Amino acid sequence: MNELLIARGQMALSLAFHIVFAAIGVAMPVLMVVADVMHRRTRDPEWLAINKAWAKGTAVLFAVGAVSGTVLSFELGLLFPGFMRHAGAIIGMPFSLEGFAFFLEAIFLGLYLYGRDKLPARLHLAAGVGVAVAGLASLAFVMLVNAWMNAPVGYHLIDPATGQLGAVDPLAGMASPFALHEILHMAAAAYMATGLGAAAIHATVLLRRGASTGANASFHRKALGVALAMAIPATLAQPLLGHIAGGQVARLQPMKLAAMEGLFHTQKHAPMSVGGIVDHEARKTRYAVEIPGLLSFIAFDDFDATVQGLEDFPEADWPSPVVHYAHQIMVGIGTACAGLAAWVVLAYLRNKRRLPTNPWLLRALVLAGPLGFIAIEAGWTVTEVGRQPWVIYGVLRTAAAATPMPGLIVPFVTFTLLYCGLAAAVVAILLRQVRKT
Amino acid sequence: MITMLPELVGAAMLGALVLYVLLGGADFGGGVWDLLATGPRRRAQRALIEDVIGPVWEVNHIWLILIVVLLFTGFPGAFAVVTTALHVPLTLMLVGVVLRGAAFAFRQYDDRRDEVQRRWGRIFAMASIVTPIFLGVALGAITAGGIRVDATTHIVTTGFFRPWLGLFPFMCGLFALLLFAFLAAVYLTNETEDPALRDDFRRRALAAGLLLGVVAAGAWATATAGARDFGERLFHSSWSLPLQLLTGAAALAALATLVQRRFRLARAAAIAQAVLIVLGWGLAQQPYLIAPDVTLRVAAAPSATLSAVLLTLVGGSLLLLPALIWLLRTFRVRRRPG
Repeated sequence: MNELLIARGQMALSLAFHIVFAAIGVAMPVLMVVADVMHRRTRDPEWLAINKAWAKGTAVLFAVGAVSGTVLSFELGLLFPGFMRHAGAIIGMPFSLEGFAFFLEAIFLGLYLYGRDKLPARLHLAAGVGVAVAGLASLAFVMLVNAWMNAPVGYHLIDPATGQLGAVDPLAGMASPFALHEILHMAAAAYMATGLGAAAIHATVLLRRGASTGANASFHRKALGVALAMAIPATLAQPLLGHIAGGQVARLQPMKLAAMEGLFHTQKHAPMSVGGIVDHEARKTRYAVEIPGLLSFIAFDDFDATVQGLEDFPEADWPSPVVHYAHQIMVGIGTACAGLAAWVVLAYLRNKRRLPTNPWLLRALVLAGPLGFIAIEAGWTVTEVGRQPWVIYGVLRTAAAATPMPGLIVPFVTFTLLYCGLAAAVVAILLRQVRKT
Repeated sequence: MITMLPELVGAAMLGALVLYVLLGGADFGGGVWDLLATGPRRRAQRALIEDVIGPVWEVNHIWLILIVVLLFTGFPGAFAVVTTALHVPLTLMLVGVVLRGAAFAFRQYDDRRDEVQRRWGRIFAMASIVTPIFLGVALGAITAGGIRVDATTHIVTTGFFRPWLGLFPFMCGLFALLLFAFLAAVYLTNETEDPALRDDFRRRALAAGLLLGVVAAGAWATATAGARDFGERLFHSSWSLPLQLLTGAAALAALATLVQRRFRLARAAAIAQAVLIVLGWGLAQQPYLIAPDVTLRVAAAPSATLSAVLLTLVGGSLLLLPALIWLLRTFRVRRRPG
């Protein structure tokens, strides 16, 4: 296999692993803090038990997120030293800020987890809020880095051959036109995926043991309620945020948009292709359901706007068809989950503003548990595979940035095994925790 | 001021390294003593280590991330060279970082059953040995002058093994491991009031402290030509004499106060010793980041970036330091006997 693909594979693997824990590390502290607040308000010991369970979960998952994030910071250079040589002076800025945010997050988490009996209740809660706020700030700073890779700003290109950047302005580099929508889209995704994941765990227990009379049913109903309260607003916002993201991609990365949509021919009144198989050779997307004009509208808010197809770009640069499939998965999940969220809201209102626990709804929530995380992985596949063949869009090609190190298959296999082992351990530990409640 | 920007960012990195050694390093040392826990108080030794590390290890670990971020922001070219030439030891170090952090968290939150605890405990302890060794190997290789870089293409010409596969880098690895173990043992004498437990760590601290001297001599004996250039700067610069005298005095004071059971003084002396060692290393590295082809100046990012990073460091510290002090004060635990 070729070394560039292995390097990209290891980066993809590390990101795919880390992002799950990073998303949970941003969103789970919110659940933990809400349960804490509820306990302070009601003095109901069940809320304290919920809070402790979520705090434990946060501790384990945050630890895995922290170490896998460390690996990534080194891998930027271990796998793509050429990228760091050129980009370090710009993206180092948001990374430095992220470092501080992460520092604060770890400090507050240490205080929260171990300071329960050592701190006054108010300060303890404040530390919990600090974890949630610092986590969100970390997410924003990391998104600034990715936004820059997709829509770089804050430099004047000196040498197009080597991608050497000149007249670097690191502050301007943080104002990429991709920054805002990436931050919002990813933050919502973190709250959505974590909330739906937690909801699925408690819905499973309620289904198995009985939603009203089962062991600890009231504990799990309360937990389910908080998890949904976090997931639902994020889930309902996601289609709109995704639409804004799509518009920016259409404007600044038309080739990526064409790959996402499987669009080959530049046309007015471009159709949206749902499903289908992308065939580069035949230059068409087969078996797709086409909705006329919808792509033009989604991309440019005008049913008759012209959308560029892949044929406008050199074929050697076309991103993999995977981009189209991943995009379909993400949008499909987003739509289905928005429907589910609407169902929960309606059922809640019909149930006199009490948490609905009818079995079909619970079953749907169980099924939705992994979907948020699958959508996150799919969304990142769209962004990152769709960015190829560039590591800095339009500036530096990934191939030119990769390490000359031979035998990359060895670290690739090592990290694959390591991460599989860790994932299995985390799942086993969480299962044991849930069974205890 | 502007002309000193690369040195200032370099100094910030060195400061972060000092803190990583004092805080994160001691956590690795804790893992070493977890592995070597013996005798009737085996369980108590492990429990004390876990109590002391628990609230702070995540935070202590982040100094390493800060060093890396400062390196690739302030000296992007040097980061590219280091991660290329030292791909293998850095990867091994990372595997250790992942296993140690994950295993420690798992041990705390998983089943309290003995076999589960032992499994995570063993992984945590083994990883606590691997990580410092390869960290030391990487720092030793940077110092030893084995990494050569083509002046025009900036490409590493010495391959992926030659710069670090040698006695000297591994002596540096051993030195890092012993320094961390020494610091941890000295700290732990201050974290308990149980005289027997305290004495366990006192003996360990003395042993590690003495071995540290032996390994330092060993590193000197195995120094390659490039490393001897480093030694030249370490021992024959204007600052050498006072620094060497102070380091030696701190080392002797740490051992003497341990013998006399004056543990707070021993901790202060051990900290001073570690700070001076890292400081000496940093000063003797000057003007190089990676001897002998990459200087701080040549590798530096544009001054717009360097000044922005320094401002971030100052602003970030204003938020960070109060929080950090709050954390450390909250968890100054003292274990009563029994």
